[in-house]
Amino acid sequence: MRRFKEFIIEKLILVCGVASIFFVVLIFLFLAKEGLAVIKTVSPFKFLFGKSWYPISEPAQLGILPLILGSLLVTLGAAIISVPIGVGCAIYIAEIAPVKLKEILKAGIEMLAAIPSVVLGFIGMITLAPLVKNIFHLPTGLTALSGSIMLAFMAMPTIVSIAEDALYSVPKNYKEGAFALGATHWQTIWRVMLPAASSGIVAAVMLGIGRVIGETMAVMMITGNAAVIPKSIFVPVRTLTATIAAEMGEAVVGSEHYFALFAIGIVLFVISFAINVTADLFLHKRQ
Amino acid sequence: MAKLMKNPYRTQKIAFSLLILATLLIVVPVGLIIVIIIQKGLPAINWQFISDIPRQGMRSGGIFPAIIGTFYLVTGAIIFALPIGLLAAIYLSEYAKDNLLTRLVKLAIVNLAGVPSVVYGLFGLALFVVFFKFGASILSGSLTLGIMILPIIITTSREALESIPQSFREVSLSLGASKWQTIRHIVLPNAIPGILTGTILGLGRAAGETAPILFTVAAFYLPQLPNSIFDQAMALPYHLYVISTQVPNVDEKIRYGTALVLLALVLFMNLVAIIIRYRFRKKKKW
Repeated sequence: MRRFKEFIIEKLILVCGVASIFFVVLIFLFLAKEGLAVIKTVSPFKFLFGKSWYPISEPAQLGILPLILGSLLVTLGAAIISVPIGVGCAIYIAEIAPVKLKEILKAGIEMLAAIPSVVLGFIGMITLAPLVKNIFHLPTGLTALSGSIMLAFMAMPTIVSIAEDALYSVPKNYKEGAFALGATHWQTIWRVMLPAASSGIVAAVMLGIGRVIGETMAVMMITGNAAVIPKSIFVPVRTLTATIAAEMGEAVVGSEHYFALFAIGIVLFVISFAINVTADLFLHKRQ
Repeated sequence: MAKLMKNPYRTQKIAFSLLILATLLIVVPVGLIIVIIIQKGLPAINWQFISDIPRQGMRSGGIFPAIIGTFYLVTGAIIFALPIGLLAAIYLSEYAKDNLLTRLVKLAIVNLAGVPSVVYGLFGLALFVVFFKFGASILSGSLTLGIMILPIIITTSREALESIPQSFREVSLSLGASKWQTIRHIVLPNAIPGILTGTILGLGRAAGETAPILFTVAAFYLPQLPNSIFDQAMALPYHLYVISTQVPNVDEKIRYGTALVLLALVLFMNLVAIIIRYRFRKKKKW
């Protein structure tokens, strides 16, 4: 009887063990089931590179190029801000900060990662957006730039914690060797630690960027939501994620608009899948 | 620049100052965000705000239904995700061999963690709301959130299980206990703090997310409490989104108050998780 009970339990453990694969496949299948129907209205090429997104006009124009460019612009801006700051902070925490401060900083970074994106969006909307508007004399502060700044803060915790991890796992004797040769602490960091941790840091940056591309609420609240091809970073844009979040509420189930939004979901899923698999390869290269 | 590089100590000084600057550029804005929300939100918080329903088109009254909605959603998510996540962690730490299947499982977990939250929303809509016909309901929202927090629970629980020394298992097995008895009576009890940390982190994440519940459960304005898991519900993060972007002329105090309640809830859970983990690491018996 006990044998039988254990047999059942072990099978249950196996099923739950592979459940993650099941869910990933399930997500993809259901996105595909709803999203691929868009091909009936618009060719894949026209969908990805069409220059206008007017989903409810007659006939509907379903080109997501403006949304892709919006996502890219905001992400690029966020990466430019968050990568140097994030990696710098990671080096400070891993190498320079005293032990006590290190613990506090790490807990603080974890707290930043935990702040809900809708809260960051809210605070960005009423503090950052007016600031951007006044500094650059813009008609509105809800621009790609504001989005980039806010998103940089969402990417930083990921970048800091994974890069710090990578620096921490560089073998101690690398550092001791450099010191023994008379290198200063900074020379050791710059010439020995950073190159040794480089694949982990690349992974950190990629995962940070992955977080930014997938971020929805904050970006929807502060980028101004204009689905046109952006000409500069000072204009309102709309990202892939924000389009889904903003329009799915009004889209009728089974309409071409509904299918198109799921097709955007497929694009996002594929992007995040590619980023995560590549980052994972970089992380394993290190070991 | 060439001249500066010649003096390694001066270079070091400049470099270290820049690193400190980078750290401050993260710490100071985050501190400011939290201080502003506390300062402007605190005056709004009183018993009525916590316990009353929203009134006058959400321009006055309280946020009670949103708090309750979030409570239901989070509870539902954890009921779904904890057993599956824990068993999956046991599989990875105790049973999995170093083969292709294990590699795929790990890759799947990494990918689940990276799927954008709004894509979870779409998935929940397609599977639970439309395909299973649960409609926009607490059930649909909980299941969607549950799948979303699965990777957090698996990763932290697995870390806790793997930190138990191999010798514990060997002693138990050598005394004639079966593999499952060893896991049940030796490995799991020692890993409880770590599992708890993962659970609380998962709860915090589920409480704060908006995008996955947008189309699966969230009600714009629902002045009564849900009666069953097939009802729609309000939720704190969605409520904050609604009153800050969709409803004009909401008193700033109410917006900040709602943000404060949500932020406090999420940060409190994370703080608890950090403290449990910190004490667990300090008290480790091995």
